[in-house]
Amino acid sequence: MKLKSIALVTALAFASGITGAHAAECSLENDTEVKLLANSFVAWKAIADTMTNCGNFQADLDTEFREKQPAGMAADPAIYQIGGVSNSTIVPLLEGDIIRPLNDLVEKYGGTLNPGQLIKIDGNVMAVAFMVNDQHFMYRQDIFDELGLSVPTTYDEVLEVAAKIQDSGSVKYALGGTYKAGWNVAEEFVNMYLGLGGSFLDADNKPTVNTDKGAQALTMMKALTEYMDPEYLTADSTFVASQFQRGDIAMANLWSSRAGNVNDPAESTVAGKITMAAAPLAEAGGRPASSLWWDGFVFAKNMTDEQAEAAFRLALEGISERTVSENNDEAVWIANGFTPGPAAAGAIATAETGAVPYPSSTAMGLMHTALGDNITDFLTGRESAEQALKDVESAYTTAAKEAGIL
Amino acid sequence: MKFGTFARFVAPSLLLMTLFIAYPLLSVLWQSFHLTQGVFETATVETCSPGFGGQVCTEEVRRIPVLNDKGVPTTKTTFVGLDVYRSVLKPESVAAAFSDTGNGLRDVLNIDFYKALRFTVTFTFITLPLVVGLGLLIALAVNSIAARVRGPVIFVTLLPFIITPVIGALSVRWLFIGDGILTVALERILNRELALFAQGWTIEILILFYRVWHVAPFAFVIFYAGLQTINQDTMEAAVVDGASRFERLRYVVIPHLMPLILFITLIHLMDTYRVFEEIIGFSSQAHVISLQWLTFNYLTPNDAGTRLISSASATSMLTMIGIIILLIPVLRRTWRDHRVGG
Repeated sequence: MKLKSIALVTALAFASGITGAHAAECSLENDTEVKLLANSFVAWKAIADTMTNCGNFQADLDTEFREKQPAGMAADPAIYQIGGVSNSTIVPLLEGDIIRPLNDLVEKYGGTLNPGQLIKIDGNVMAVAFMVNDQHFMYRQDIFDELGLSVPTTYDEVLEVAAKIQDSGSVKYALGGTYKAGWNVAEEFVNMYLGLGGSFLDADNKPTVNTDKGAQALTMMKALTEYMDPEYLTADSTFVASQFQRGDIAMANLWSSRAGNVNDPAESTVAGKITMAAAPLAEAGGRPASSLWWDGFVFAKNMTDEQAEAAFRLALEGISERTVSENNDEAVWIANGFTPGPAAAGAIATAETGAVPYPSSTAMGLMHTALGDNITDFLTGRESAEQALKDVESAYTTAAKEAGIL
Repeated sequence: MKFGTFARFVAPSLLLMTLFIAYPLLSVLWQSFHLTQGVFETATVETCSPGFGGQVCTEEVRRIPVLNDKGVPTTKTTFVGLDVYRSVLKPESVAAAFSDTGNGLRDVLNIDFYKALRFTVTFTFITLPLVVGLGLLIALAVNSIAARVRGPVIFVTLLPFIITPVIGALSVRWLFIGDGILTVALERILNRELALFAQGWTIEILILFYRVWHVAPFAFVIFYAGLQTINQDTMEAAVVDGASRFERLRYVVIPHLMPLILFITLIHLMDTYRVFEEIIGFSSQAHVISLQWLTFNYLTPNDAGTRLISSASATSMLTMIGIIILLIPVLRRTWRDHRVGG
């Protein structure tokens, strides 16, 4: 009852947030029942709508998909034939031996795929990606022009620029950040720490975050929060995007999947004034404080080969050139038909300056949770950086022992 | 009633209680003493993932599930005794906190379990008198207004209790968050910037306020029903004897309502000790967490699909033990009254 209401509220919040997805025509007649379970954002909505046009297809787009996916796809026969995953949510499906290798299907039908779209593990194609995502710098061009500021390339410069913007009083808060306690703030730490060249785990999955680099990343994060809305620990990406849209903030390191959103004239009071740039480097000479993610399709093991064939062809139709070109600015597509526009400029620049993929694994999943639960004590000033990182390591160790990793 | 008849009436309910309460409870107890883990082999494999403008291939150590003869990944379950409880309660860290080098209570409250316990217990005991007091006050007020308007007043008073807890909490949050209308109004009046969700104590006050607002109507309805059964002769006798309004309340009304006060206390203790919706509704987990939320957090799978069932079982057993400890004094009192009365 309680959880249902929570899920409902989230679902409503997201359903209303999905605008701008265009369904493309389907050139395929599908006569096999196929169901998809995926995350809920604009790109997925566009793909699912296109697939619906092919007939006999049902999509379940849900931000809580990760709770249902492993069990739903492992059932025999699978309840969901197609799953939508990212580089971290594919982990339980691989470790549960739930999804099928796609080599023969790719060979038969995958002529339109780029080699770069295939996720290969030990030579087997296990997933087909269609877009990449990372966090990059977005800023208000008008404010930067007015104050004569240049785009910061390192976080030290971000602090300088933020001080100037805050002094000028042109916005309420100079900076925005997805610092919501839990997954979001942990992701911010992951980005900053990766940018400094830090590593989370050693070869035996023992934690290695309580280091000088860890403390340095936390100190920078805290310095940034000085320029944010003081309630930053409740700010997720929807909130930061709306801060942009209302003209409350001048810059943020935000997901590229929101780039179309912040400049959408239907929603934004500052549409067209926000420019995308590469994520700033964590320190001079370091890497960008960002990590690369991908989103793609996986296919359940527990279905007949005929079903798999139909599901695979349907999925390819969902990411057809037509769907991609009609929704060009809604994602950074890696499928054919994409013309990189201004919305994708930041994401691509971030990758080109050396951002690394998010290091997903079961152990990293536990580390991410431990970070999300513990680093806020430092940001709120309750603890030193060393103590917070020590707590992270101890929380990780406890969880990893229980999960059988240590 | 004959025992046979009694047994036949009670049997279906007993059966359902065993099935839906006793069995799950035992299974949670069992899980809190066991660990179930998948069996894996590790292997170094080449993994290729998409990047901008081409594939990125790396050598990676991956865990590969060991399959049984049916092709299903195997798991093994081991008895670990009190290990899980130990990892939740961290007795060594508590001992270290009170040793010469530790910071005492501050260190203890840094451990998730004790942090949650601290909030849960203070929350329970602060809201209890407020809910009972406010409920009684509203009941007395409604009881003394004209009978004509009582119906609508009772209905309006009950509204907060009817609202779904999560929705109620979210509404209060949206009123008081950074640019919520009430915050903006308060900022105008006080002529200063407010950020009620930026520090722990303001969130805690909001949570307390919300819970009292939400449950006081329940206490009110019960007390209001109780007020209708007060012996009017006693009341009139008290007036004739010259008892003031307060004295009538103190010596007639409250003693009459005592069993109901105990009942409300009992229900309230059980309910508030399981405080959960407020933590989610106010997204307060960075500042304030509760025991029930801790269990929920253990049960929520992370991106990589792991959930900590054993820790969740242990914390829910500990929550139950906490509730039982809280209820013992109230139950003893009820039992005593019952024996005297009987």
